[in-house]
Amino acid sequence: MDHIFFFYFAGVIAVTSLLVVALRNPVYSALALLIMFFHVAGLYVTLHAEFLAAVQIVVYAGAILVLYLFVVMLLNVKAEERYHDQLPVAGLLGVMLCTEVVLLLIQSRTATSVSAAPADPVTAAGNTETIGEVLYSTYLFPFEVASLILLVAMIGAIILAKKDLLEGPSEP
Amino acid sequence: MTVPLSYYLLLSGFVFLTGVVGVLIRRNIIVILLSVELMLNATNINFVAFSEYFHNVAGQVFVFFALTVAAAEVAVGLAIIIALHRANSSIYVDDLNLLKR
Repeated sequence: MDHIFFFYFAGVIAVTSLLVVALRNPVYSALALLIMFFHVAGLYVTLHAEFLAAVQIVVYAGAILVLYLFVVMLLNVKAEERYHDQLPVAGLLGVMLCTEVVLLLIQSRTATSVSAAPADPVTAAGNTETIGEVLYSTYLFPFEVASLILLVAMIGAIILAKKDLLEGPSEP
Repeated sequence: MTVPLSYYLLLSGFVFLTGVVGVLIRRNIIVILLSVELMLNATNINFVAFSEYFHNVAGQVFVFFALTVAAAEVAVGLAIIIALHRANSSIYVDDLNLLKR
């Protein structure tokens, strides 16, 4: 049963990630990415990370992708008529690295089986509660740094996107 | 019978490499940013898979930090794209050769 769910989600994720790269129209690419985000959320549910699945849908599909679609609409982007000139080199590189990953994983599967990790009662308490406890105790300092990153990104985005914030009235 | 860990690694490696190839072959800078999102999602799949298999919730916490960085990257990246489009009226990367001229 686990395998059926995994192969469904993994298949859709693989196909839609290929479509994101291959489709010429950026709106279609963004919509393929939307489908991929939903299936990644489904994969998180099968991995017992329910809270992350909800966050994935809310933040990625709800905020980030909508921002992309707004920019595509604002800039009135046309479909690309051709790919970049370095397509053959990039395709070769991708195929080579992909076979390398497959070979390495096939070799290592026999060598190292996953050791039986100590069965933690931590997951029994509920996913959201556990994450909250770890986030606000062990990772409190990185959490604060993350808020600083968001602040810097907000100020930077406003300054970059605003039209004549830096030029001022001295412009002729 | 649970799914082996290496299947997840295989999936995330494939998605990551798709993102790398997408960054290399696309000319539209918006789709290049979408490919970067693909790569970030591949690392997130890895984090969650390892977190499940080693029964350690820290992996899921790190996905949050990756998510924060992704949100910041999208905000700043799209602002840069808008500024570029305003200055150059093009968002194709092979038109952006100001430093080569």
